[in-house]
Amino acid sequence: MEIVNDKGSLAKNQEYLNGSNGKKTSPFLKKILGKKNLGDVIFERLTLLFAVLVFLLVLFMGWEMYSNSLLSINKFGWKFLITTTWDPYSETFGALPMIFGTIVSSLLALIIAVPLGLSVAVFLSELAPAWLEKPFSFLTELLAAIPSVIYGLWGIFVLVPWLRNVVEPFLQKEFPNSPLFQGAPYGYDMLAAGVILSIMVLPIISSISRDVIKSVPDTLREAAYALGATKWEVTKIVFSNARSGILGAIILGFGRALGETMAVVMVIGNRPQITASILNPATTIAGTLANEFSEATSDLYLSAIIELGLILFVITIIINIFARLLVWGTERKWK
Amino acid sequence: MKNFLKGLLLGTLLVGTMSTSQAQLQLNGAGSTFDYPIFSKWFDTYNKMTGIEINYASIGSGGGIHQITEGTVDFGASDAPLTPEQMGDFNKAQGSDIVHIPIIMGGVAITYNLPSVGQGIKLDGTTLADIYLGKITKWNDPRIVKLNKDKNLPDKAILVAHRSEGSGTTFIFSSYLSKVSPEWSKQCGTSIAINWPVGIGAKGTEGVAGVIAQTEGAIGYIELAYAKQNNLPYCLIKNQSGNFIEVNFNTVSAAAAGASAHMPNDLRAVITNSPGKNSYPICGFSWVVIPKDIKNREHAEALVKFLKWAVTKGQADATSLYYAPLPKPVQKLDLEKLNAITSNGNKL
Repeated sequence: MEIVNDKGSLAKNQEYLNGSNGKKTSPFLKKILGKKNLGDVIFERLTLLFAVLVFLLVLFMGWEMYSNSLLSINKFGWKFLITTTWDPYSETFGALPMIFGTIVSSLLALIIAVPLGLSVAVFLSELAPAWLEKPFSFLTELLAAIPSVIYGLWGIFVLVPWLRNVVEPFLQKEFPNSPLFQGAPYGYDMLAAGVILSIMVLPIISSISRDVIKSVPDTLREAAYALGATKWEVTKIVFSNARSGILGAIILGFGRALGETMAVVMVIGNRPQITASILNPATTIAGTLANEFSEATSDLYLSAIIELGLILFVITIIINIFARLLVWGTERKWK
Repeated sequence: MKNFLKGLLLGTLLVGTMSTSQAQLQLNGAGSTFDYPIFSKWFDTYNKMTGIEINYASIGSGGGIHQITEGTVDFGASDAPLTPEQMGDFNKAQGSDIVHIPIIMGGVAITYNLPSVGQGIKLDGTTLADIYLGKITKWNDPRIVKLNKDKNLPDKAILVAHRSEGSGTTFIFSSYLSKVSPEWSKQCGTSIAINWPVGIGAKGTEGVAGVIAQTEGAIGYIELAYAKQNNLPYCLIKNQSGNFIEVNFNTVSAAAAGASAHMPNDLRAVITNSPGKNSYPICGFSWVVIPKDIKNREHAEALVKFLKWAVTKGQADATSLYYAPLPKPVQKLDLEKLNAITSNGNKL
């Protein structure tokens, strides 16, 4: 095709694209459209509308949760966040054990998943031969496709008995005085939740880290190799350049762990308490919602549960925004 | 293609008008998940008999109470009776009183995992309450040994298991503990969900049963149906007359019969720990709740007719689904209530 570069044929071309083919468009339409095609404008506006709708939906959800939890907010105020009793019978509600359980189980998951996930990411992006990379990344990402309840079942039948019979007695024998490993080891506890969650967030951490590491330009690697750096040294250099993106990946994994419900409910023991030992049962916000929402009969009870949802909503939004900013930050740095 | 679409549209319209002209009556209900298995059986049988279609959303007792209060369904189903406050709310919203109809019964088995002991550990109310309060922590506690002289109880820690989600089974169980133990009544009370002093929460009956099956030394309460289906060992519980009673359909129905003599007028009876020689003490009703005055006459007639069938002939399906059937005296009380339902003030 010939390159059009004089004004006359450009206008003609535009007219052709407009589909007017010599027909006169009304001056009004012309004014709105300017030089744009009518279809394009409709398409643009429509997509904009849907994009805004999604945003409004999030706002609406937040508002709806807020207005439905007003009863509990007015009754308990800020004390809701620091009260440790959750008693549906006497209608005393405090969210602290759930907030504690949510954050501790997710942190525990990160402690296990971060070293694993990062190793996988480095192996796949820096060290693995090409024929190994594809199937390996596929397999890791497959972990993310397994439904939560399947993890839960696996937890009940495999993980919990293993923790109870092998891991927890071992921990108690090796660290008899550590406050982390006190209490009778039944397997349904914070540790089980942490381990299940770590497997579930592993694919998020490893696949995003891999992408971030890959986005570090090859020139950097080549320069390092040219100076005689070893693979380990090159990896260190790449790593330090992808740092904030990797941090973002970790925080995204954290966000996922915070909201995970079914698998956690099935292994955590569901007990609203705060203890130092990770061998004690605990509970999470999402778990309490799943457990108690459907049978909550009184208005205040229901309202307190919805307020729990609101707290989780706020926590995850903040964490996700933070993580996204970090990931974008690294990606932009190299573009 | 266009013709095809036109045809499709026309066809849909035709089918649409046809089905409205044949207007099958449809009733809607929502509530208890405990009731769901027997409800689906009933709705299916009843649909084949009469052509009336009944939809039921098993969203939980709380949801059922909300929906009937808002008037979005024809009936609600709940494992716990409405509180006076909820009944007041209903009256304000619907301008009619609410009627409780006991619809089916459930028994709660106390099951455990002690392979060396086997079937039939005996417990009484206060001992059971103290186990759940965390005051008795070993199976060879003198108080358990005293009740089971014929058994060799091991020196094993007791792991208490309970439902993690709100449940009608929990309501029945906690109401029993409240009646036999003042301390439980003060500290934990009777409720669909409890602030448990000790133990592990597991989701659903199968979750509790799973914890027990896997953990030696565990104890838990589960629905009679589930214990029977899975041949789990269960405790004999001491009733008011001092007998140790095994849980089964007869002993549960005996408890209801024992309680029916002093049923409150509104049938909101919690029948745990009821008198009677053969009464099993941990069992209870599940209720269908409907307005006393139903505005839509057609719906009122169909609903009352169905409920009358369910509380009488329908009870024959109970045992095959491991519920306990309503005893005759309670069926009679139900029918009296149903006969008093009106539509806009007129008798049906």
